[in-house]
Amino acid sequence: MELFVFVLASAMILGGAVGVIVRNHPVHSALSLVLTLFGVAVMFVSLEAHFLAAVQVIVYAGAIVVLFLFVIMLLGVDQSENLMVEPIPVQRPLALIVGVGLAGVLVTAIVQARSAVQTGTGAGLDNATQTGDHDSNVRQIARSLFSDYVFAFELVSVLLVVAVVGTVLLSRRPARLPDDIGATR
Amino acid sequence: MLAIDPLLVGDLDLGDVLVVLLKVVVVFVIGLVATMLMVWFERKAIAGMQNRIGPNKAGPFGILQTLADGIKLFFKEDLIPERSDRFVFKLAPYLSFVPAFLVWTVIPLGGDYTGGRDGLVTWFGRETRVQLADPQVGVLLLLALSSIAVYGIMLAGWSSGSKYPLLGSVRASAQMVSYEAALGMSMAAVLLLAGTLSTSGIVAAQQGTTNWHLISTGILPFMIFMIAATAELNRPPFDLVEAEQELVGGFNTEYSSIRFALFFLAEFMNTITMSAVIVTLFFAGPQPLTIDIGAVQWDGDLMLGPLNGTVWFLLKLLVFLYVYVWFRATLPRLRYDQLMNLGWKVLIPLSLGWFMLLAAFRLGQDQDWNRWIVLVVSVVVLAVCAALLLAATRVSARNREREGAMF
Repeated sequence: MELFVFVLASAMILGGAVGVIVRNHPVHSALSLVLTLFGVAVMFVSLEAHFLAAVQVIVYAGAIVVLFLFVIMLLGVDQSENLMVEPIPVQRPLALIVGVGLAGVLVTAIVQARSAVQTGTGAGLDNATQTGDHDSNVRQIARSLFSDYVFAFELVSVLLVVAVVGTVLLSRRPARLPDDIGATR
Repeated sequence: MLAIDPLLVGDLDLGDVLVVLLKVVVVFVIGLVATMLMVWFERKAIAGMQNRIGPNKAGPFGILQTLADGIKLFFKEDLIPERSDRFVFKLAPYLSFVPAFLVWTVIPLGGDYTGGRDGLVTWFGRETRVQLADPQVGVLLLLALSSIAVYGIMLAGWSSGSKYPLLGSVRASAQMVSYEAALGMSMAAVLLLAGTLSTSGIVAAQQGTTNWHLISTGILPFMIFMIAATAELNRPPFDLVEAEQELVGGFNTEYSSIRFALFFLAEFMNTITMSAVIVTLFFAGPQPLTIDIGAVQWDGDLMLGPLNGTVWFLLKLLVFLYVYVWFRATLPRLRYDQLMNLGWKVLIPLSLGWFMLLAAFRLGQDQDWNRWIVLVVSVVVLAVCAALLLAATRVSARNREREGAMF
């Protein structure tokens, strides 16, 4: 059963990931991304991390990809682009190098850390069916977020606020001086 | 072992699977029939409010009107616009229909929660709950499903390949994403007091009418939730998504036949499920209304035995269904900038502030602080925050006016 769920979720994740790249249309790519995110959520559930699964769907599928779609619709970039024209010349060789490098780092990390990683369903997690407490998983996450790692958590939230404020500042057109309002009208 | 469905603990046998299947079928049928009746009820009630008769031909009091409409829609021609994105166009109705149905799975529809009992019932010799599933994430599932429901409307408008549906769906996605924040924040106030995410746990935490979260969270989260839920449902007065005077029909302009029927069904089912969520979160779901004022005492027993909880749940549900119809008949539609101002500048700060206030009180209770000092300090802090926010909005409004923006 676990194997079945794993295979199914992996197929969703990989199929979605390939779809993001292969599809011509930005909207279809975004929808493939949703498929990937759902696959990851299924994976979380099968690993007994129910809260993470729910948050994955709410935040990523429910807010971030919706925002992507919103931008695609609003800016009208929904025509497929000609892939033969390259806007930035060094981009492709650079992408290849970075991709291979990232794959290398990931494989090394997994091989190196194999003994340190806890494997198996729900390893290291308070499991509701074992502790008998419905919210033990949530409680565990809350405790580590808001006591052990509270500084990092607050730092990340400050970072997000700074990013939002920065975006607003950068994207605002410079305000015209009050004097030339009369002149332009 | 407060809130795990005992049916699914330990090894499963065929009987357990059959009980779950039975629950699935019952919930599905209840959902469909309730939607059918809701469409009729809304048309009849709104006709009454507008001095009309409403549907009165099909069946007694026109109660079969929805069935007739459904059959008619089934046999209509299914049109797919030439400029549409065919795959997404066909997918979109299901994306809005399926989440609407799935919300039903976590609503406690009955069971005896009075006097500290945990709502378990025994069916066919097996202990279970009168709800399809009681997942650990509970109400987060509701939030997740309501955020998935955005996709249906958004993609429907985009894939139609036409101007008005696209405008409708852009409005819809902005509106639903904005109001989700206020929705979640007012829900958090309930979770703070209930101390659990599970829906049956939330119902069990509301013993006796004074402990209903409506009262114990101080009414304001309920009001915010109600407003945000109405916006989330795209119902009047927040129905800018399908404002027929501006956008023809919004996202579903190009839909016909059974695909339109699916959208229609999803919309009305969402109304019912959202009312059910409100009843569960703030009005204790299947818990009876108890009266305890001096000599007048009533434990809410309607002499119905095991159906007591379900009947109470349905009675509360009906009140909210009526309120939604009433909204539609009474309130004029908001302008788009009013909608965004209400969501971002009023509801979100208000729900956040109220949440902090409740959290401060909760902490004061745990630490045995003086309640009045906690109150005064919190109110002063919140007042300073509110003043800062007001000043900020005023300054930005003045700046925009100087730059010549319309709103």
